[in-house]
Amino acid sequence: MAKFLLIESRDPFDNNVVARQYDLAVNLVKEGNEVTLFLVQNGVLPARPGAHSALLTATARSGVEVLADDFSLRERGIADNRLVEGVKAASLSVIVDQLANGRKVIWH
Amino acid sequence: MSKTLTFALMDPPFENARSTTAMRLIDLAVKRGLNVNVFAYEGAVYLPFAKQAQHPNAVHGRSLEEENHPLPRAWIAAVMKEAAAKGAKLDWVNCGLCVDERGAGEAIEGVRRGSPADFWKFAEGSDNTLVIGTK
Repeated sequence: MAKFLLIESRDPFDNNVVARQYDLAVNLVKEGNEVTLFLVQNGVLPARPGAHSALLTATARSGVEVLADDFSLRERGIADNRLVEGVKAASLSVIVDQLANGRKVIWH
Repeated sequence: MSKTLTFALMDPPFENARSTTAMRLIDLAVKRGLNVNVFAYEGAVYLPFAKQAQHPNAVHGRSLEEENHPLPRAWIAAVMKEAAAKGAKLDWVNCGLCVDERGAGEAIEGVRRGSPADFWKFAEGSDNTLVIGTK
């Protein structure tokens, strides 16, 4: 089993590849891997209940750890206690720690 | 022995949140005492450009001091200082060809000139590498 860190900096309203990144995360879990999907910058927008939130929740329900950068949430006025199901606010330091622990990483 | 992370950056300053996020990550890594390599490619070679200057904001009626416009070169210098205080290493390499194309040769102290071969060496000698692409 490998461990992956997928960093998503774009929002699905703006970029069609975002949904494929969520799919990648889900499929990596199905293959038996441990996956963190870390949302940053506009990537946190679907963490607020909205049109694309169901996809994010489904990703979390499949076993992907879905985290949203607390700074990016604050910048966009998204309260960290009103996130969609399955998404947790987290510090960017999670990325540094996972990098230091050798996670395979992809930035999108 | 302390771990080493490598970051490859491509975005020029003042244009995209990726630059800010990259600097936040580098800062956090240094604060943890990790060694950090940065390979600045394409427009990112302007991040440590020594001639970046603050400006007043006439639209909002703010003076230069009130505006206090943030400069990436100052962030980089601060993180280099922080790394030295932590006993960690921040090795920042600007791609030389990218520098020449852009006339960005005047970088702050501590930045060195290199080539994509340096990125390869960085990646080979690091515990992990994060490439933050522009697209």
